[in-house]
Amino acid sequence: MSISFYFRVLVAVLASFALSVGAQEVTLLNVSYDVSRELYKDINPAFAAEWQAAKKGVITVNQSHGGSSKQALSVAAGLEADVVTMNQSPDIDILVERGGLVAADWKQRFPYEAAPYTSVTVFLVRKGNPKGIKDWADLARPGISVIVPNPKTSGNGRYTYLAAWGQALQKNGNDAARAKQFVAALFKNVPVLDGGGRGATTTFTQRGMGDALVTFENEAVLIAKEIGEDQFDVVYPPVTIEAAAPVAEVENVTKRRGTHAAAVAYLNFLFSGAGQDIIARHYFRPRDPAVLKKYAARFPAVRTFTVENALGGWANVQKTHFADGAIYDQITEQR
Amino acid sequence: MSRQHNVLPGFNLALGYTLVYLSLMVLIPLAAVFIKASNLSFGEFWNVVSAPRVVASYKVSFGLSLVAAAINSVFGVLLAWALVRYSFPGRKLVDALVDLPFALPTAVAGIALTAIYAKNGWVGQILEPVGFQVAYTPWGILVALIFIGLPFVVRTVQPILEDLEMETEEAAASLGANRGQTIRRVVLPALLPALLTGFALAFARAVGEYGSVIFIAGNMPFVSEITPLMIITKLEQYDYVGATAVAAVMLVLSFILLLVINFLQAWSSGRVRKGR
Repeated sequence: MSISFYFRVLVAVLASFALSVGAQEVTLLNVSYDVSRELYKDINPAFAAEWQAAKKGVITVNQSHGGSSKQALSVAAGLEADVVTMNQSPDIDILVERGGLVAADWKQRFPYEAAPYTSVTVFLVRKGNPKGIKDWADLARPGISVIVPNPKTSGNGRYTYLAAWGQALQKNGNDAARAKQFVAALFKNVPVLDGGGRGATTTFTQRGMGDALVTFENEAVLIAKEIGEDQFDVVYPPVTIEAAAPVAEVENVTKRRGTHAAAVAYLNFLFSGAGQDIIARHYFRPRDPAVLKKYAARFPAVRTFTVENALGGWANVQKTHFADGAIYDQITEQR
Repeated sequence: MSRQHNVLPGFNLALGYTLVYLSLMVLIPLAAVFIKASNLSFGEFWNVVSAPRVVASYKVSFGLSLVAAAINSVFGVLLAWALVRYSFPGRKLVDALVDLPFALPTAVAGIALTAIYAKNGWVGQILEPVGFQVAYTPWGILVALIFIGLPFVVRTVQPILEDLEMETEEAAASLGANRGQTIRRVVLPALLPALLTGFALAFARAVGEYGSVIFIAGNMPFVSEITPLMIITKLEQYDYVGATAVAAVMLVLSFILLLVINFLQAWSSGRVRKGR
């Protein structure tokens, strides 16, 4: 074989290498929670199209979904996520605590405390609401059966518990003892504790268990739409909790992979008009007032409180309610 | 020390390979559990593993696993017996069906069982009106554990039954034993070692089972929470150390029970050999 053959091969290899560097095909990994699957299936191509239109090259966003806390643990243990999109801020705070994967001021990096959308906790009841369930107090009535995912293993369940607690505090002039009594009565009516939100949905819709399912608005509306509006009604309680879904860049990873700019652009896209529109179409409440107004029919106005403004923040809630031996354990041990 | 040469070559290589492989795949990960758990002081460790809710879960997990393994032992032997001793149309098919619980993803098994035993399922709608709720109670856990443990007993007993020639039973009969005596004194003693192995495997599998149980259990504290769920619960709250503490207790308890079963098995196979 002649020298010129090797030379040509060498040139070809170098050229292809140069091309691949020039084209800058970027990949991002978005590690997210369970029920955001359908949302990001729409967000990712829209973002990639925008990225390409801006002549920044080809970008692919890969997804990983699972229970929110489990996903956070995977990232802490070394799963190479460029961005994390969770349903409760403790799952991002843990990445700050464990080895500083995320910057401590992650809430200040993006608008609206880095949460592009919210959802509220609502009730799904059987068609025509035969048990007349309208408010939280109805869920605690004797003879009512309520399906809630396990607050110990599910963010969804934790929000339900906190919603019940927060509204009981409001109703009883911040009397914690009365609130505890109320929440204990409500959880006495729970016959099954599923591991996650989707499991609880299945138990309520497919297995025929329970008079009411307490879950996020996006999930409840989706069920009513997908499984049949002739079977279920969505009930908005007068007061409920607002759950913000926070996002963050995993700087440790993006620095090493050189994906910082792409990761920030991706997260910013969530707050853009186009991103907010996709979010609203998936029944998550958008932050952008204009988009919210456009989809106002989907999102009935409801009085809400948050963990931060009514319950003293997540660290406090974790310690006083969900730690081993704390209030949630106490009410389950009374049963 | 006199050097004894084994007839088979490659003893050192085989032993070395076995030890390295076992260490890499089993011992090191297990050691990690104990090392992580040792981050706790003894008092803290004890508080975690003796919390009432955790203790209740041991009872559910180990108790129901033992019951499920016992039930599987009885019906597994019957099934193996039918498959070995009788020929009937579709026997090959039944034989293949036995392995299905091995192959099926456990989550699928859990969802299928829940769908059947829930109050609007095929079986549930018959049982529920007579006041017998299976899904979302400890009964549901038992059903799932029986389902996943069945192949272990059948597959360990079956080859022994195949080796046990009909002539042995005929000899027993011609020596004056009735059917009951033949089963009790001839067939069962020969089967016992394999049966104990099957029991141990079914039990061990049931103790560690998570996927199928979690769907049908209902997961109510103190009633239908299994120990693996307690571990997952602690992990979800970022309590690695607490999770490994409970895991360590499970490991030790399982190991002790398996040791006991192994001793029983050694004892029973000794008896078989003496009897021959």
